[in-house]
Order: sequence, then structure tokens, then C-alpha cells
Amino acid sequence: MIDLMIGLGVVLFSFAILIILILPRFNRGPRSLRPIAAFQHLRRAIGLSVEDGKRVHVTLGKSSLLEPTNTSALSGLATLERIAQLSILSDRPPLATSGDGALAILSQDTLRGVYRTGNVLEQYDLDRGRLAGVTPLSYIAGALPAFRSENVSTHILIGNFGPEVGLLTQAADQQRAFTLAASDALPAQAVLYATAGQTLIGEELYAAPAYLNAGPAHVASLRVQDILRWLIIAGIGLGAILKLVGISIL
Amino acid sequence: MRDPVAAAIAIAIGLVILAGYFVPIPLLSAVQSTLLGWAVIIGAFAALVGITNLVFNHWRKLTGKINRDYYSLFALIGFALALAVGLWFGPGDPIVQQGVAAIIVPVEASLMAALAVALAYACLRLLRRRLDPMTILFVISTVVFLILGSGLLAGIDMPLVRDITMFIDRLPVAGARGILLGIALGGLTAGLRILMGADRPYSG
Repeated sequence: MIDLMIGLGVVLFSFAILIILILPRFNRGPRSLRPIAAFQHLRRAIGLSVEDGKRVHVTLGKSSLLEPTNTSALSGLATLERIAQLSILSDRPPLATSGDGALAILSQDTLRGVYRTGNVLEQYDLDRGRLAGVTPLSYIAGALPAFRSENVSTHILIGNFGPEVGLLTQAADQQRAFTLAASDALPAQAVLYATAGQTLIGEELYAAPAYLNAGPAHVASLRVQDILRWLIIAGIGLGAILKLVGISIL
Repeated sequence: MRDPVAAAIAIAIGLVILAGYFVPIPLLSAVQSTLLGWAVIIGAFAALVGITNLVFNHWRKLTGKINRDYYSLFALIGFALALAVGLWFGPGDPIVQQGVAAIIVPVEASLMAALAVALAYACLRLLRRRLDPMTILFVISTVVFLILGSGLLAGIDMPLVRDITMFIDRLPVAGARGILLGIALGGLTAGLRILMGADRPYSG
């Protein structure tokens, strides 16, 4: 019962802090965030893609929306939305691939929403949000053509991947394309660190929409993460000190 | 302007599901499990829609006027064969399973073999591409854990070596916990944004 109470307390506390930090008075926008080189490179790469008439490809991983790993895919969708907004003027619209049926539908819906909001719905192509494959390796095999033959100059890999994602980053490297990669899975993070051009580690995955100016809620949620992280650090430190002096609270 | 009704329904259902985890009321748990059951059914249909989209995509690639992709023909033939055999004999039939395994297992094994070579090559290139302290640490730790994992030091029965090995073995666990805590916090705030309607992965 106590774990449920702690869980509920954390959720309510985070919710309250998030609402406060979204308010304009407390929200200083993405300029207040620490600089992450990967996002500076990404902005430049998106700009170059639009100028050169090349495509931006976002691949959202293989996470099912019914699994706990879906938050990485949801962050990927928020990133896709922002990238579609940034490259809406491009001759070649962005391409989204995923390894789950529901995620593919959501990616189509996200792209359609951006084109509708931008009053260019006639430019929307259903083919730009695709299911690449339904198993981890078939997803990789299905996504590989997007890395080789779709006139893509910028690849963003954001979501849940296995170590096999190395095949995608290797293909991007062969095409001399820019890659920014982030995963919530530890083996994939290690592989991406070695193979991708720019890698986001750990919770930086969730920072992508905030750094791309997706809205005050994204910046506020980064601040909430920071507050919660400091509380956890304080809790761990306090627990260690109490244990050293022989007091056990759990 | 996005549809506020869709957002209201999504937020309400999200709150009910969340409350079902924390508030032990039987009615709430029953509603939660019913809604999750619906989600599973919708997920299955979404998979069907996604696969249909995949097939049409390959058909368009094969029959398009420019840049035809003839590899799509193999994808379509494979799909048609697997579908026909699966429908005729049933997916649980031993012959179907053996046939599928005889194709999928070698193909996946060869992909993993290609991955092993690609990773080894990428690790070698990493120092040339991005020479910074983190990269050096990454390469050194890769070599150290390869040595530890191979069991080369297992034969050395010295207390000091054993203690150092145990300490080094514990390091990735601590690091992994730190990263996973960060990911959990990111997941929590991503969920909260959706519950608030600030982040809508559906256009409505």
C-alpha cells in the first residue's frame, strides 16, 4: 500500500509542478536550457535538407503503444510533429517509419495534422508514414530502403530500438547522411553511441521536442525532470547516510 | 484547431486508467481492465491496417513509373505465400512453423552476423571520427569488459584482482540505474503532458 501512496504522491507532485512551470511567469522558453550540441547540429541539418530539396526521415522504433516503452515513441511523435512543421516548405516532405501498426497510424495522423494546420493538406501523402516491419529485424530490413534510396539527408532515430539499430546507422553513415539517434533501451544506446553521428543519452531523448521549440509544456517537463532528479539524489544521499549511522527506514 | 472532444475523451480515459493503478476500488479496476481490453483489440486492428499499408506501399514501389524497386516483389511474394499458407493450414501447423522458421531464422542470423561486423568496424572508426574523453572512455571500457566477460581473469586467484574485478563489474550496473532513472522520469513527464492535453499524439 505504501508504494501505491508514494507513486500517487510522485504523480500528483509532478503534475502540480508541471502546471506551475508551464505558466508564462515561470517559463523562460528553450533559451534557458543547457546547450546540447546534437540539437544545434540537428537544426542546421534540417535547414540544409530544406535548402537542398532533400528529405528528413524520422524513424520511431518498434515500441508497441500497449507496452511501457511507448513513452519514447510518444516523444518521437512530438519530435516528428515539430520536424514536419519546420520542413513543411520543403519540396520533399518528411518521411516517418515505425515498427508497430498503431505507431504507423499515429505518425500518419501527426503528419496529416501538421499539413492541415499549415493549410497545405493537399500536399499530404499517406505514404510518408509507413510501417516498416512488425518484428525487430523485419522493421530494420523494412526501414533500410529509406536510408538508401529516398533522397534523405537527415535521419532522426528516436524511440525503442534493439542493438540491430546499428544496421540503420551504418547505412546512414555510408550515404554520408546526418543522424541523430536516441533510444530508451540501454543496449541500443551503446550501439548508437558507437555508430550514430549524434547520440542522445538517457533522458535527453525526451528533451528533443523542447529543444526544437515544440512548446512551453515540453520545456516545463524538463524542469520537472530536473526537480525530481535532485529529489531522488537527495533521497539516495540521505538513505546512504542513515544506513551508515545504522538507521534503516525501509 | 484540434478537436477538443477527442482530447477530452483521451484525457478522461487516461485519468481513469491512471486512477485504476493507484486507487484500489473494484469498479475502477473493472473499468480499467475493460478499457485496456479495448486498447488491445484496437491495437490488433491497427496492426492489420499497418500491414495493409505496408503491402500497398510495396505495390506502389513495384508499379511506380519512376525508381521502381524490384525488391518489393520479393516482399509481396513472401507476404502472399505466408498469408495463403497460414490461412490454409493455420499458423500453429508444424509444417507452417517449420517452413517459416527455415526462412526467418537463417535470414535473421545473417542480419545479426552483418551487425556484428558493422559494430566492430564502427568501434574501430569511432576514435578517428570523434576523439574526445568520452569516446576514449567508451573504447577502454569496451575492451575491459570484453576481457572480463571472456573469463581471461577467472583463473587468477588473487584477492586484490578479485576485488578490483568485482568493483569494475558493479560500475555498469550503477551507470545503467542512473540512465534508467532518467528515462523513467522522462516517461513520467511525457505521460503527464498527454494527460494534460499539452502533447497530443493524435490530431483529433
